[in-house]
Amino acid sequence: MKTILAIRVNGRWREDAVAENALLMDYLRDGLGLTGTKQGCDGGECGACTVLVDGEPRLACSTLAHSVAGRNVETIEGLARDGSLSPIQRAFHEHLGTQCGFCTPGMIMASEALLRRNPAPDREAIREALAGNLCRCTGYVKIIESVEAAAATMAAAPAAAMGADA
Amino acid sequence: MNAPDRQITQADSAREARGVGARLPFVDGVEKVTGTARYTADIPAGNALVGMLLRSPHAHAELLEVDISEALATPGVRAVITGDECDVTFGVIPIAQNEFPLARGKVRYRGDPIAAVAAEDEATARLAVSRIRLKVRELPAYYKAEDARHPDAVLLHENKKGNIEREVHHEFGDTAAGFAAADLVREETYACAEVHHAMMEPNAALASWDQERGHLTLWSVTQVPYYTHLILAQCLKMEAAHIRVIKPFIGGGFGHRTECLNFEVICALLARAARGTVRLLQTREETFLAHRGRPESHIRVRLGMTREGRLTACQAEVVQRGGAYGGYGLVTILYSGALLNGLYDIPAVKYDGYRVYTNTPACGAMRGHGTVNIRFAFESLMDGMAAELGLDPFAVRRRNLLQAPMETINGLKVMSYGLPGCLDWVEEASGWKERKGRLGRGKGLGMACSHFVSGSAKPVHWSGEPHAVIVLKLDFDAAVTILTGAADIGQGSSTIITQIVAEVLGIAYHRIRIVANDSAITPKDNGSYSSRVTFMVGNAAAQAAENLKALLVAAAARRLQVDESRVEWLGEAAGVAGDPDRQLAFPEVVEEALVGTGTLNVKGTFTCPPEFQGGKHRGGAVGSTMGFSYTAQAVEVTVDLDLGKVTVDKVWAAIDCGFAINPMSVEGQVQGAVWMGMGQALCEETVYENGRHMTPNLLDYRVPTILDSPDIRVHIVESIDPNGPFGAKEASEGPLSGFMSALAAAVEDATGHRFTALPISPDKVFDALHPRPGARKAAARPAAQPEGAA
Repeated sequence: MKTILAIRVNGRWREDAVAENALLMDYLRDGLGLTGTKQGCDGGECGACTVLVDGEPRLACSTLAHSVAGRNVETIEGLARDGSLSPIQRAFHEHLGTQCGFCTPGMIMASEALLRRNPAPDREAIREALAGNLCRCTGYVKIIESVEAAAATMAAAPAAAMGADA
Repeated sequence: MNAPDRQITQADSAREARGVGARLPFVDGVEKVTGTARYTADIPAGNALVGMLLRSPHAHAELLEVDISEALATPGVRAVITGDECDVTFGVIPIAQNEFPLARGKVRYRGDPIAAVAAEDEATARLAVSRIRLKVRELPAYYKAEDARHPDAVLLHENKKGNIEREVHHEFGDTAAGFAAADLVREETYACAEVHHAMMEPNAALASWDQERGHLTLWSVTQVPYYTHLILAQCLKMEAAHIRVIKPFIGGGFGHRTECLNFEVICALLARAARGTVRLLQTREETFLAHRGRPESHIRVRLGMTREGRLTACQAEVVQRGGAYGGYGLVTILYSGALLNGLYDIPAVKYDGYRVYTNTPACGAMRGHGTVNIRFAFESLMDGMAAELGLDPFAVRRRNLLQAPMETINGLKVMSYGLPGCLDWVEEASGWKERKGRLGRGKGLGMACSHFVSGSAKPVHWSGEPHAVIVLKLDFDAAVTILTGAADIGQGSSTIITQIVAEVLGIAYHRIRIVANDSAITPKDNGSYSSRVTFMVGNAAAQAAENLKALLVAAAARRLQVDESRVEWLGEAAGVAGDPDRQLAFPEVVEEALVGTGTLNVKGTFTCPPEFQGGKHRGGAVGSTMGFSYTAQAVEVTVDLDLGKVTVDKVWAAIDCGFAINPMSVEGQVQGAVWMGMGQALCEETVYENGRHMTPNLLDYRVPTILDSPDIRVHIVESIDPNGPFGAKEASEGPLSGFMSALAAAVEDATGHRFTALPISPDKVFDALHPRPGARKAAARPAAQPEGAA
């Protein structure tokens, strides 16, 4: 049974008919075509589907779409500003924090939440924030370096660094 | 060697970028960080039916009946197919094809696909699958190689006596004489658990059947679009010309996808049966069941050594639990023997290998194919013997170095050899001399070496074609489009190829596009496996760019009205030597080059000459390559002596990759490889109970998280291989296989126990450190109790 879901996705207010048992992941991917949010496991194991709900990281694969009605959802597609990469996106790109790219949207969203909360995290804080996001390519070394580089960029130019609705 | 400075993209204009040797961000990185990269499951197909599989609940059984009538009658179901749909076996090795896409007659592991449904939605597909009725007669099933090899065991495949898929018996040099000449002979057994690739993207395929034309298009997660194309033609009994295979973005592979897998063929069969488009998404559990990982291995190694630490002989026996089907199995068991050679100078090597069929998911090629577990065993024993002789682990390895160029006793050519430089850096950077054995109880250092091929010099299909082909298209827009069949699966092959073309032509990156993997557009490529792409496709790309440059230089000479020898090629311009006022911009050169001929399509190819294709003995092609990579690494650990938990604090890895076309990418590959070795060493293990996969998810199959992962420092040694593109060799597989023994050595340094079974998980360490009556025997032996010398 479908009911109207009123929700903000990447800054745009929407009202869509969505099945009551639909997962946020399926609403984003199948309903809105926002396929940047990835499904890497059978539920809650890998973190590839991490999105932000009111700025907090959340697994879209384990969240009912209607449970976040009225709230502010951000996905990887919402981070770029005026067509330019966000500082975290640019850092993952330039420091090879992404290889195959499949875990990358989740990694970047989890990093985004971290840096909004803590603009100057040490390595332990980065590790803790990304502990629920698996990557099989990088050994995480360049992911940590990417987050550090992004934090440094944002510290140097804080205005450009703000995420959508932070 | 580097081209003049040039822009990459506008966003990167502040950065200095060059051709080869540059730390260039991946050419497809922007798509990955913005979420616009489309992986197989992301491809829009609003009209696609939902595919779903019925998998065998039995580990070994005769299929007496598969009744699909009720499933077919379910409203919303568009097709239900069984083994009747395809009576052709497939498999990656032409002489070892024994797998049906859907089981016929027998099922051989829990998870073997039996039937498939295409329905209008997921709920309907699920309902229909639940309505398929099976009648079976269960057969005895074997989950251990030794049980499957029992003389009374029922055969999984009628033509394979003793359930042995392949036996290998090789001896090169005189091992008896070698052992007789040794001052110390030692033998040890090692056990390695089965491990799985666990790439982040689950398996997925999308197939579209064009009923009017009888054509098929498949999008899939493959590392080998060409092999998949061939298997589709074979299993669907279609002309290859009527098939199109497209590889979208791929979320890793690590060998899982180096052969066509059953779900890809099933998706195509379903689409044809339903006369439409079918999306077949595999769950993470199903992806684990497709397996193709590194086999459970039991290894016995015997080494002979002189008092000075010179190796005199090596004898090894390897038994691999191969799983239910052939896959790459015969290659895996051959690799384990062949690559005993090529790292150190060993005068005599005897090898006995047994690849065994069992009722578990089929194993296959996994990063470091066939060489990883044997390297763990070899390096571990070498360490132990060095200790007995009072030799330092670095010293004993330096006693046994090769001198390139040379040929090994089994016919492998070693053309470049940077291992000495790797050893020097690792010893220095890790503070080995001051710190080894002095970190105190609970902390330790260990080291090991390893190597791997840069592509197999003899291809799987001996078709007479070159090993690699690249096409460059240059048109009116003065843009160069690289067409390649090399599958970028996240390792960055498209970036490496682009850098090579940019280097040779000297033009700006914004003029270059790369199109990878659409069989309707791109030239055939064997695929991304055995670390072949940088070496082989890289060479083809360099040649293609040279060929294009020759045409452009000729055109510039015509337009400038000078002899070609006077044209000075500046990349974005062409000038006349000694006359700086006479220059043509690149678009002007292109305009001239197209006069009278139009669009230029220029090709480059690469072929490994026969002298590199290995020894003449049976199986001699396996292990043959034109360039081996070399790695030395040191690992520092902390062991929790109360809980048995091993934490890796730091790793120093030096790689001889010949030449780093992209040093940042080399670092990424080495870090990823070392880290994947860490997973196998510490925590990764598939577990089957009565054939049921007990760890088919990313919580129970425990890959290291960021919390468990150390800093990994990488150093690049450039030996400049004589045959690699700009001297380059592979960088992503060799570094994996040294990790386990380096870790075991570090744990020994910390605890006094040398572990001989992987993974070195907390339970094993705890049992070894806290021996108690009735405890199960831990796979460790106290290191300081040598038995009598032979």
